[in-house]
Amino acid sequence: MGLLDLFRSHRQRGTASIAKERLQILVAHDRATRNQPSYLPRLQQEILEVIRKYVDVDMNAVSVNYEQDETREVLELNIVLPEATTTKGG
Amino acid sequence: MGKTTTSAALAMGLAQRGHRTAVIDFDVGLRNLDLIMGCERRVVYDFVNVINGEANINQALIRDKRCDALYVLPASQTRDKDALTKDGVGRVLEELSKTFDYIVCDSPAGIEHGAHMAMYYADDAVVVTNPEVSSVRDSDRMLGILSSKSRRAERNEAPIREYLLLTRYAPERVAKGEMLSVNDVREILSLDLLGVIPESKAVLNASNSGVPVILDTESDAGQAYHDAVGRYLGEDLPHRFLEIKKKGFFSRLMGG
Repeated sequence: MGLLDLFRSHRQRGTASIAKERLQILVAHDRATRNQPSYLPRLQQEILEVIRKYVDVDMNAVSVNYEQDETREVLELNIVLPEATTTKGG
Repeated sequence: MGKTTTSAALAMGLAQRGHRTAVIDFDVGLRNLDLIMGCERRVVYDFVNVINGEANINQALIRDKRCDALYVLPASQTRDKDALTKDGVGRVLEELSKTFDYIVCDSPAGIEHGAHMAMYYADDAVVVTNPEVSSVRDSDRMLGILSSKSRRAERNEAPIREYLLLTRYAPERVAKGEMLSVNDVREILSLDLLGVIPESKAVLNASNSGVPVILDTESDAGQAYHDAVGRYLGEDLPHRFLEIKKKGFFSRLMGG
C-alpha cells in the first residue's frame, strides 16, 4: 500500500460515511412505517385482549404488520400460541 | 436551515425575471422575512390582519424597493399560533393568485400548524436541507407530510412537485469525508436537485444588511441561488460550487 492509498483509505473512513449509513437505515424504516394506518397499535392491543380471554398468550404474541404495494394493501396478523394450548373455561 | 434566506432569494430571483411574485412569511410569532428582505420598518398590516378582515391584501403587501414585481406579506407577531386558519390562508392565496404569477410561502421550522399551512395549498415544494444528519432526517419527515397532508393529497390530485435545495455546502469538508456529499443527500432523499448553495460569508452579510443574497451577484451563494431560480424555471444549468475552489499546489501533488 503506497503512501497515497494510506491517505485515501483514511479519508474514506470519515464520519460522512457513517452519517450516510445511519440515515439510510433510518429513512428506510421511517418510510416503511409512514403509510401505516394510525389504528394499528390499538388494533394490536384489542386483538391481544380478545385472545387472552381464551388462551394464555404472551404480551408479544400478536404481531401486526402492514404492507403496501402499488395494487394492494396487506394486513398481516401473526399470533403465536403457546405449545401446550391451555384453554380457559367459558 | 436557511428557509427564510432561500424564500427571499428565490422570490427576488423570480421577480427579477419579470414574474409578479409575492413572498409570504408563515412564521407567526417569529416574523423574520421582513428583516431578511430589509422592509421591517415598513410593516403596517400583516398576514393575520388580512385573514381577520382587519386590512385588505393590498394594504398589507409591501412592495420591494429594488424590484417592482416583488411584494412581501409579513407574518403576524401574535402569540396565537392558530391565527392562520386553513380557510383564511386559502382565501388569501386564492386572491393573490389572481394577480401574481408566483407565491412563495416561507415555512416556519418544524411540522406544527404554521408549517402545515405553508405547504397545504402548494403546487411545488422546495425542501431546504443542510448536509447534516438531523436536517436530512427532518427533510424526509417533511416529504412524508407533503405527500399525505396537502390539499393535493386530500383531493387525490397530482402530488406536489418536490425539489431539494442543499445549503451550507462545504466542498472541502466533503472531500475530507467529514460532510455528506450532495449525491449522498440526493440518494437518501431521492429528490430532484434544484441547487446547492455553498457555505458563504455572503449569506450573513446579506441578512445583516437586509438584502436578499441573490442580489449579491459577485458572491458564490448569490450565483448559486440565481442558477436555482433558472433551473426551477426549466433552464438546464450545470451545478456549480460543488468542487473545492482553488486547488493548491500541495493537493495537486497528492492527486486528490
